[in-house]
Amino acid sequence: MSTPATAEALPASPPAASRLRPHAWWRRLAALSESTPASVGVVIVLAWVALALLAPLIAPYPPNANDMAALAHTTPSRAHWLGTDQLGRDLFSRILWGARPVLIIAPLAVLGAAALGSLLGLVGGYYGRWIDLVITRACDIVLSFPVIILYMIILAHVGSSAWNIVGVLTLTKAPIIARIVRGMTLDLREREYVAAAKMRGESALYIMLVEILPNARGPLVVDMCLRTGYNVIIIGSLGFLGIGLPPPDPDWGGMVKDTYGMMMVWPHMALFPCAAISSLVVGFNLLAVGLRELGLRD
Amino acid sequence: MTDAPLLDVQNLRVAYATRAGEVPVIPGLSLRLDAGEAFGLVGESGCGKSTVALSIVRYLGRAGRITGGRLLFEGRDLATLDAASLRAIRGRRIAMVYQDPMASLNPVMTVGRQLMEGPMIHAGASVSTARARALAMLQEVKLADPEAVMERYPHQLSGGQQQRIVIAMALIAGPALLIMDEPTTGLDVTVEAAVLDLVRELRSRHRSAILFISHNLGSVVRVCDRVGVMYRGELVEEGSVRQIFTNPRHPYTRGLLDCLPTLGRDKRQAPLVPIAGQVEPARVRPPGCGFAARCAHVETGRCTTGPIPAAEVQSEPGHRVACVRADELVRWTRRSGAAAVPAAGGAREPMIAIHHLTKVYESGRRLRFGASRASVRAVVDVDLAAARGQTLAIVGESGCGKSTLAKVLSGFEVATAGGVTVDGVEVGALPVDARSPALKRKLQMVFQNPDSTLNPSHTVGYAIGRALRRLQDRAPGDLAAGVARLLEVVKLPPGTAARRPRHLSGGEKQRAAIARALAGDPDVIVADEPVSSLDVSVQAVIINLLNEIQAARGATLVFISHDLAVVRYLADTVAVMYLGTVAEVGSVERVFAAPYHPYTEALLSAVPVPNPDHAVARILLEGSVPRAAEVPRGCPFATRCPRRLGAVCDDTPPPVQQLAADHRIACHIPGEELRRLQTALVEPSVARR
Repeated sequence: MSTPATAEALPASPPAASRLRPHAWWRRLAALSESTPASVGVVIVLAWVALALLAPLIAPYPPNANDMAALAHTTPSRAHWLGTDQLGRDLFSRILWGARPVLIIAPLAVLGAAALGSLLGLVGGYYGRWIDLVITRACDIVLSFPVIILYMIILAHVGSSAWNIVGVLTLTKAPIIARIVRGMTLDLREREYVAAAKMRGESALYIMLVEILPNARGPLVVDMCLRTGYNVIIIGSLGFLGIGLPPPDPDWGGMVKDTYGMMMVWPHMALFPCAAISSLVVGFNLLAVGLRELGLRD
Repeated sequence: MTDAPLLDVQNLRVAYATRAGEVPVIPGLSLRLDAGEAFGLVGESGCGKSTVALSIVRYLGRAGRITGGRLLFEGRDLATLDAASLRAIRGRRIAMVYQDPMASLNPVMTVGRQLMEGPMIHAGASVSTARARALAMLQEVKLADPEAVMERYPHQLSGGQQQRIVIAMALIAGPALLIMDEPTTGLDVTVEAAVLDLVRELRSRHRSAILFISHNLGSVVRVCDRVGVMYRGELVEEGSVRQIFTNPRHPYTRGLLDCLPTLGRDKRQAPLVPIAGQVEPARVRPPGCGFAARCAHVETGRCTTGPIPAAEVQSEPGHRVACVRADELVRWTRRSGAAAVPAAGGAREPMIAIHHLTKVYESGRRLRFGASRASVRAVVDVDLAAARGQTLAIVGESGCGKSTLAKVLSGFEVATAGGVTVDGVEVGALPVDARSPALKRKLQMVFQNPDSTLNPSHTVGYAIGRALRRLQDRAPGDLAAGVARLLEVVKLPPGTAARRPRHLSGGEKQRAAIARALAGDPDVIVADEPVSSLDVSVQAVIINLLNEIQAARGATLVFISHDLAVVRYLADTVAVMYLGTVAEVGSVERVFAAPYHPYTEALLSAVPVPNPDHAVARILLEGSVPRAAEVPRGCPFATRCPRRLGAVCDDTPPPVQQLAADHRIACHIPGEELRRLQTALVEPSVARR
């Protein structure tokens, strides 16, 4: 027997208390805390969410207010904890406010991509034949474009707004999710419970959404978490390329773009927004690693 | 021999680290194995058999840890040996054969190279010597054309051939101890019989001791001298094969033997007696006997307070049993019923009838321009019927077409020719999506794999409730009572409704799946190997349950199985299939009595019987099942038939002989001739008093 013998030795039946499942979500969060990467990830992501939510309360300055007096000393000081940018705007306040669009756009785009991608993957994997061929090839075509160039082309045509960025990210990420879900559907559709569902006359839609999709959720959630992190990077890149959120509202990528020319003199102006982006990305990645660990263990 | 034993396990204790802390799975186990001896370790899954084997080679993985005791092998304690010395012993002095040969062989190396590795690494042999050794070894494990086999990759060999290679690899270094962990579990019964005979023969030649682990009591009888029965990590009884199988002392051993269907009994004569309850988790170990909670002879106080020492049975040297009441229990007798009672009822309207059913799979790719597509004839011209309330069993080895037949019945495949009628309605050409709700209700299915039969994301209550809603048009608010009633029918506690499959044991999952199939109150239940992946005691529960449900509801059961003993027990009518055709069909009493079709005869002689007094002439089949594309024109069994007449078998399809009103075989040999040639293979069903 090649499997570790623990599985054999312990006919798994957890203590009665856990079967009652009083607060499923709370239990899951508690389970996450058993994994170090996951707990660090949760702390980072939740910290950013809290900062973004509380920005109006804790930001010491309005994000777009210029403090001309501070222009003489833009470096971090008691008045401006992270210093100011080249226009005298408080960096700390701008980073806090800048977290808001990122934390809305990135997850929203992932949810959109997951919905669209799951649907495509389920339909292609479940029906197979020409339907699968059409969906797979369409996904391949989208995936074959260099993404940044694709974003630039689309955004140049439809204009740049938060909603448009969500739309573009959804369209370009959906094929990746579709591939994952399709692969899992190909396997899951052969399970005996799917056969049992067919034998009691369930519709194809029911089988896809109720019998198959819930069992694909493990890898799907892990991937969504990773993809949220990637979306943060892309939103930053778009801002840096000048096709992100329109100014003057703070946008981490845009903040780097405006100030990287002064890197040699005032490196903090670009470094702090960069640190914000990377910490959030690392947070999502660690969360994904932790979720995968949990998935492997169950 | 009077010197020290080859392997002396003294009070071995093993624990696994789990999230809930360290769980002792082997609380203290002692066993001795002399040089050249074959010791069988039996017990149900989860009883720690494999853990013992892995402890001996110190291969427990990260979670497992030996917490105490000694593992003396050739005088050295394996439990404390350092890694370098262990490496010198593993493979050279102790070799292992695992269950799945495909997982033991490297798929990207020819088997010849893999065989040569052993002598080259362990004995420093040159390439030519190693090659010669490998060839000799392949001859010893009776592989035809060893030169050619040397150059093959594992995937080019059949399961039986692969397992022979693994055995050759294990024996090539001449180990003093060979550990075999369920070596024949995944194999067909005729292949299993051949491998077991091979092990027996090699044993007498190589003088290696064998630790033979199996859940199959029958195969242990074939191979071993002594047997140990394990339950929850403890050796509850040990003794010679004869002692254990003719005079079992421990209630658990008796329970195992009582719940095992054998070829001589059926449901009308001697019902199976399952062991009550189920194996409790290792975490909650009671102070006394581990089996106390399930034992019919438990005596509170004596059995449940202190550890139970193993004591020798009076006047039976070497027979040790860990039961305080062993001497008080009456002597065990092999259960067997009165003389066979013929099945009631004569010719009735068939509930399900299969007529001239043929299913051909067209291969997807075109071989050459102009050439016709390769086709596989999975089921060829099959004619079967079962009346209301009857059980039709379809038995055969893998690849015989029995599962394809089940798929056509349930609508997952459609017939290429011929048809199937259910209660007079033709369904053979109806895919499952095109079947009417009434028809879906009428025919339901129980599947093979307990781990995949229930959706892990849904509770048992949802699965059954959904079936009630779809098949009986119950309103969503009205389901709970129906679910509770069905759970009661399959003897699951009502609380099961709220649980998910991962919290259930294999037997419980299969019971829930049966409840789901019963939701529409079907007239026909198609069960495709429903017990083949369950432990014997659980298997007995499910078989009895199917039997009861069928009797209570008058449903027709189409039972597909590779296990002849289960079929003998459960069926009214039996069809033996080989390569898509029905070789023999008839009432269970007739099929399991001479004259047999030569294939039935070979199958029956291959079944391992857990009775040391039951000696039958073995009929070993030559070669392997031909691929479906290479089936001979005449009798499909002609290539392997031990009673082949000659060219007529190869060229002319065999005539169907009606030997009795309810018995026909497809064979060129006349029935009278077969009767003269064959002797009874099944143990007599009349009790010996």
